Amino acid sequence: MAIIPLERKPLTFAERTYIPQVMAGLRTTWQHLVRPKETLEYPEQRPAIPPGYRGVPTLVKDPNGREKCVSCQLCEFVCPPKAIRITPGEIPPGAPADHVEKAPQEFEIDMLRCIYCGMCQEVCPEEAIFLQNQYSMTGYTREEMVNNKARLYELGGTLPDQHHKWDVKKAAEAHGNDRH
Amino acid sequence: MVEFYTSLHPVVQGVLKGLAVILVIFPIGGACSMAERKVSAWIQGRPGPNRAIVPWAAWIPILGPFLQRLGIFHVLADGGKMLFKEDALPGHVNKFYFVLAPIVAMIPALTTVVAVPFGAYLDAAGKIVPLALANVDIGMLAVFAVSSLGVYSLILAGWASNSKYPFLGGVRASAQLISYELSMTLSVVPLFLWVNEPGREATLGFARVMEFQSRAGFWGGMWFVFLMPVSAFIFLTALFAETNRQPFDMPESEADLVGGFHTEYGAFKWGLFFVAEYAAMLIGSGVFTLLFLGGWNPLPWVPLADVAVWLHLADKPMLLGALSIAIFLGKVLALIFFFMWVRWTVPRFRYDQVMEIGWKKLLPLAIANLLAYAIGIAVLPK
Repeated sequence: MAIIPLERKPLTFAERTYIPQVMAGLRTTWQHLVRPKETLEYPEQRPAIPPGYRGVPTLVKDPNGREKCVSCQLCEFVCPPKAIRITPGEIPPGAPADHVEKAPQEFEIDMLRCIYCGMCQEVCPEEAIFLQNQYSMTGYTREEMVNNKARLYELGGTLPDQHHKWDVKKAAEAHGNDRH
Repeated sequence: MVEFYTSLHPVVQGVLKGLAVILVIFPIGGACSMAERKVSAWIQGRPGPNRAIVPWAAWIPILGPFLQRLGIFHVLADGGKMLFKEDALPGHVNKFYFVLAPIVAMIPALTTVVAVPFGAYLDAAGKIVPLALANVDIGMLAVFAVSSLGVYSLILAGWASNSKYPFLGGVRASAQLISYELSMTLSVVPLFLWVNEPGREATLGFARVMEFQSRAGFWGGMWFVFLMPVSAFIFLTALFAETNRQPFDMPESEADLVGGFHTEYGAFKWGLFFVAEYAAMLIGSGVFTLLFLGGWNPLPWVPLADVAVWLHLADKPMLLGALSIAIFLGKVLALIFFFMWVRWTVPRFRYDQVMEIGWKKLLPLAIANLLAYAIGIAVLPK
């Protein structure tokens, strides 16, 4: 790139009096004064959450209201700050979803440790854990800041499931496929 | 009621008038601090303080929320906070002068009010009588003499704080205020040369200045801002410097000196500095309005006396007085808004630039202006 020396022009008399510049500045600030305000008045007005936002991690159910988590504990192992603690449990035989075999007995996410990295969501083979839109977690005690299983499902709700993995699996089983 | 008032001892009358003026200046000072925050916010694209509300105001349907949005109740909250928070006295300061400084700051601010007329009415003979605590002949001189004492409070505060930033702030304050006082004084000399026409008693009072701005005819009714624009410009610029407003906020210099001379102050002592600054701004704007913006005359070439005739207020001195005070206060508040507007427009000058503008530009300009008008007035046929 060529170096272009620019000659600095000496200030004109009008510029040295500051007055035209100050006038132009006053005009600009006046325009800002009368312009609508930019502020989002937070508790009343909420920001629009963009898609792909990583909020509080939650557990979700499939469209049929069934528990998706199979307590494989991959999220617990991948979690960098070790915020997730899962107590695995068996699904008793005879229950409607007994072919899934396992479900978490207790599932705790310590929101004081969570760094909202989203690796749990990325690693989950069952698409059971999602970082959703909630961005404001408050509490008065440390215990309040640990989300247990009931709370996680309450926060998560039901998300549409694109794959219908369980339904597909059940249908395959009905056609005579053995468990794989 | 008027008879009862005029039957009182003159000293009691004076005290009552003084209290009335102070009772107006203090709330305006408080309102100005809120206006400062709101104007700053609006210029920056924010709504500004708009949350505080007292319960009884929340019950008023439309007015209550409107006042809340305007931040009126933040004034009360701020004042309450300043009164009741701990007034810490740092261990390393010179206690006597440290406490004295904010008190000294209030004295010139409240003393200069005395000489500034703020309204007028027509007496029985149809003559304009200015409303002032003391309508003295030395008006302008008294204001300059007393207001220049204000620099002592800044120096005292900076020195007594016994730490580096306030000290630098105090040093800067003394240099800046003294430099700009020169140009300020010189800028109004042509105006008083003009109003002291031959064959009349010499005066430095505001009454004569107002009389000249209320005369009939093209030159008579003209405000001095049109007749002497350079004087008005120098006076206004120097006023910014004298009241420590941006772009001349060297004594305070939030950016480089923490808080300048009031770094070590807190709570009510700091509040006194604050009120003194706003009072000085009010008085300065009042003086500028009287000298250059036609005081209580609503428009150029439209003196108050004409308005009194149109509105049939000539024989109602109370109403006319109130109207003139309203016009005067309106102009003063508009000027104060201008102060705030400029604050967010012009970047702060560096200290050497402040000195250069003061000594190398404004002062020669003021002297040239004085000479030009002096020669002009001398050769002008009266």
